[in-house]
Parts: sequence; structure tokens; C-alpha cells
Amino acid sequence: MGSITLEKVSKSFGTTNVIPEIDLEIADGEFVVFVGPSGCGKSTLLRIIAGLEDATAGTIRIDGADATREAPAKRGLSMVFQSYALYPHMSVYGNIAFPLKMAGQEKPAIDKKVRDAARVLNLTDYLDRKPRQLSGGQRQRVAIGRAIVRQPKAFLFDEPLSNLDAALRVNMRLEISELHHQLKTTMVYVTHDQVEAMTMADKIVVLNAGRIEQVGSPLDLYRNPKNLFVAGFIGSPKMNLITGAAAAKENATTIGVRPEHIGLSKREGPWQGTVTVVEHLGADTFVHADVDGVGPVTARAPGEFAVKHSERVFLTPEAEKIYRFGENGDAL
Amino acid sequence: MATLQTRSAARLMMTPAVLMLFVWMIVPLAMTLYFSLLRYNLLMPGMEEWAGTLNYRYFLTDPAFGAALLNTLLLVGGVLLITLVGGTLLALLLDQPFFGQGIVRLLVIAPFFVMPTVSALVWKNMLMHPVYGIFAWIARLFGLQPVDWLSSLPLFSVTMIVAWQWLPFATLILLTALQSLDEEQKEAAEMDGAGPVSRFIHIVLPHLARAMTVVVLIETIFLLSVFAEILVTTNGGPGTESTNITYLVYAQALLQFDVGGASAGGIVAVILANIVAIFLIRLIGKNLEA
Repeated sequence: MGSITLEKVSKSFGTTNVIPEIDLEIADGEFVVFVGPSGCGKSTLLRIIAGLEDATAGTIRIDGADATREAPAKRGLSMVFQSYALYPHMSVYGNIAFPLKMAGQEKPAIDKKVRDAARVLNLTDYLDRKPRQLSGGQRQRVAIGRAIVRQPKAFLFDEPLSNLDAALRVNMRLEISELHHQLKTTMVYVTHDQVEAMTMADKIVVLNAGRIEQVGSPLDLYRNPKNLFVAGFIGSPKMNLITGAAAAKENATTIGVRPEHIGLSKREGPWQGTVTVVEHLGADTFVHADVDGVGPVTARAPGEFAVKHSERVFLTPEAEKIYRFGENGDAL
Repeated sequence: MATLQTRSAARLMMTPAVLMLFVWMIVPLAMTLYFSLLRYNLLMPGMEEWAGTLNYRYFLTDPAFGAALLNTLLLVGGVLLITLVGGTLLALLLDQPFFGQGIVRLLVIAPFFVMPTVSALVWKNMLMHPVYGIFAWIARLFGLQPVDWLSSLPLFSVTMIVAWQWLPFATLILLTALQSLDEEQKEAAEMDGAGPVSRFIHIVLPHLARAMTVVVLIETIFLLSVFAEILVTTNGGPGTESTNITYLVYAQALLQFDVGGASAGGIVAVILANIVAIFLIRLIGKNLEA
């Protein structure tokens, strides 16, 4: 009840081709995250699935049935927008009840569903308020409430957390993950934040310039990035990508080492460098160093690592955790 | 306006302007009040004498007053109705993307720039004239008897002329309001299963409420004092069929030379305008609260 299939879907605005041709399978109950830099076409892809944008070519199947030409409301999907898109003149109750009212349901049935949704989302005390009287997180929950009352086949989230402050974002991330475990409904989630993607997704779709770079589980992408783009995009801080002599030694054009796979020492190691910046986070220490003959490298030391700007440090990349990339950027 | 000094300095600086505006308002009002209590006729200069409330009794019991009051309300109400409904429809139309949008918008706004006397004359002589007006020509085209608009339907004709002038204003205000409606809200409603009509009723109309309030308030202020259109077309006639309060005051002062009576009428008009204003603010003012 909620599988979505894209077959050879492409999209052009005028002569600009934003999505060349995409095939994608989203299984029932899956939490899929589209991630990529801004302008990579991830929101457009979501809007094509929602029906707010027409695909230029290709077929969209929802539960096996062709939905390419179907109106948005008929597809049985609901969407949570970046700006929440709450109706400002309606109360929270009115907002959540709106899709049910449009579906022509009976008043008592609507009332029950709205109150159930409000209970799930902790909104019971706010049902009479107007959206402008709510905080950002509460507005977000109302938007989610409006999406869940329809019992859709799938939820579409368009960067829903980007308007929230950092602390709230972490909270809402957990709430949405929890909601997914409760409802077990397919969710398609668009974000440019790879942390959101890594923490929430069952399956991540990495997009770049309208093309799918790689599809896989978060750890799969972390362990086996298919190319330079995915390697650089997934993981925080970013993977160190090194070219030149150091890479040539490994028979590759570029080598990549994640900061967490570099050992730090003040006494010995194959790489020697000068510290440029140190970030002490308490649990971790990020050391940015300019390594002789290699270039700038970021390394992560667990716990506290006492080192200061312009000191000399030694770095040891773990040999089996070095990724090798060929001339065209693909992993070797 | 942070400190005490800046605040008092600001007050001091504003005083001349406020004083001037106050004098500008209070002197004519006081003089009108004073004249309204005199027996003051231009045909008998120098014979002014105290008349008490006689002018008011005379003006309020004049059968023309009742007719003028009703006409004023009908004119204001009729024009508001036409401009609000027509303005909303036109705004919806102009909000759609189409070729030549800029030119069309400019054309739609144009009537607002035409002077009331000019537009009234154009309507009177080129459109509504029973012999060589366009409406008469259209009627004859279908073999119908041409209507003499200004003598058989005088108030309706005046309403049409004034509505034609104010339609662009309503359209303009409502169009800008439409354009400020969040696109995602419309899309959300679409996803929620609302068709075009439901979207209009549940999303667009509530969004337009504030702009409509502004249109109603501003238009009412101007429509209560419609004068040029009536003077140019019907002269308030036939009889008093298209006389409004403003025109009645004019007739009292400059056709009957009764300054005292006209002043009383002016004061009555001021009170009436205030009643309408209070009524409107009560009725729709809450739309203006953020």
C-alpha cells in the first residue's frame, strides 16, 4: 500500500533539462531520502511525484497503477511543505480538518480523526489557536497532522526542517522517525542536509544535477561510495580528497580518507603537517592540518587532543579505509 | 524615539504640522456650525439673524432629504457591490499568465485616471444618449426601443458611471493581494483535494478579506461625496431621483442661496458619514487587525 515507481522520468523547463532520465523504485513502508546540493532537482522530483509538476516524459506508478496524468489529490499522497503552508485564517483544528472536509467526510468522523491526529502530535491543547500563535515546531507538527489525517499511501516531505533552529531540528528529526515507525507508511523526504539523510533514511538517493549518483542504505553509502561526489557529500566532516603524488602512490587519480580514519599523533606517522585550526568539541577534536606534500587534511581524534595552531602533528591514514578514485571520479 | 529628549524633540517638531491640520479642520467646521444656526440667505445680504434649530428642522423635514439619504446609501452600496465582485473577478483574470499582460493591466487601470466630469460626459453623450449613444445603437441593432438611461433609470446610470471609475481601484488592490498569496498554500490545498472553487472559497477569499476591507473603507469615504457625476449628467433629477446628500446641500446653497440651510445640511452629512464609518469599522474593522 504505497510503493512508488519512477520509469524513465525526465523534466525540462523550456529548453533547460533539469532531470535527464530517472528510474527509481520506492518500496512500501520505506523511508527514502533524496539528498543533494541545492538546485540538484530533488525538490522538482518530489513535486513530480506529488503531481504539482508534470513529468516531461516517463511514467510514475503508485501501487502499480499509472498515475502520471492523475491530479495531485487523486494520487493519495500528502505533502509537508518547507514553509508549512498552513492556512492562516483557520485554526489548528480547521487546518487539520481541511483535507477531510474536502473529501466530503461526515462531521463526527472528521472530529474523531482530527483529535486522534492531535493526540499523536501533542497538539490537543492548541486546536483552537491560529497558526500565527504557534511556534515553528508546533506549526511543523500541524502541517504533519494535516498530512496524516488523510491516511495517505505515502508522505512527501519537502525540506520540512530547514526553517527550524538547530535544537528543534534534532527534535523534529526524532519525531518524524518515530512517526514513521508508528505509521509504517512510505515516506519520501527531501533535504540538502546529509545528517538528516543519514539519521532518518532506510534508503538514501543521492542526486546531483538531476542525475541519481547512488542509491543505498546510509551505511552502504558511507562505506562504499560509488564516486567522488557521493564520497564528498556523505559523512561529516567531509572526506579528505587528495590528489597528486600521494594518490599516485596508491595507483589512483584521487584518494579519499575520512577524518575519522586518520590517526593523530605528536610523535610519529607517515604524514607530517602543521596545524592550521583545531576545533575542540569535547567528545571529538577536529584537527585541520596542512600536510607536507599532500595538502590540507582534516583529522578527527576521539576525546580531547591537546594541540595548538602551528604545532607539528603526525597523521596515520588507516590503510584499509583509503578509497581510490579513477580519472572520471568513479571508485576503483 | 529612544530617549526622553528625542521624544520631546519629535513632539516639538510635529507641533506646527498638527496645529495647522487642526486649524484647517476646526475653522470650517466651527463656521459651518455657526452658519447653520443663522437665517442666512444670499438674496438678503446683511439680514442674518439667529434662527436656532430652524434650519435643521427645515432640512430634516424636507421630503427631498429622505429621498437623498436613500439615494446616497443606494449609490454607495451599489458601487461597492459592483466594484468588489467585478474587481475580484478581474483580479483573478489578470493574475493568470497571458500574452500582453502588462498592456492589459495598464488598460484596466486607465479609467481611474479619467476625471469624473470627463467620464460622466463621455457616458452621457457617447454611451447613454438615447439618440446617438452606443447603447441606443446596440438596442436598435436588435430592433429594440432605445432606453433613455439618464431620465428613466437615473440613479442606476449614475451608479454605473461611478462604478466604472472605481472598478480599477478595487481591481488593483485585490490584484496585489492575490499576488501576495503564498503559492505553497494553493498547492497544499490542491494536495488536500480542494478543487478550483473550494480553493477560491476557502483559501483565496479569506486571504482577500483584508484588501476588501481597505477597498470598502476607502471607496465609502469617496462615494459618500459623489457630486461631479450627478451635476454633469442628471442634475439630481428627474425630481430628486438621483439627488444624494452632497447634491442636496449644493442645491440648497447655490441654487436656493440658503447658506444657513445648506450649512445645517453639511453638518447632517458629517454626522451621517460618521455613523456610516462607525458602522463599517464595527462590521469589518476586525479584518484589519494583524
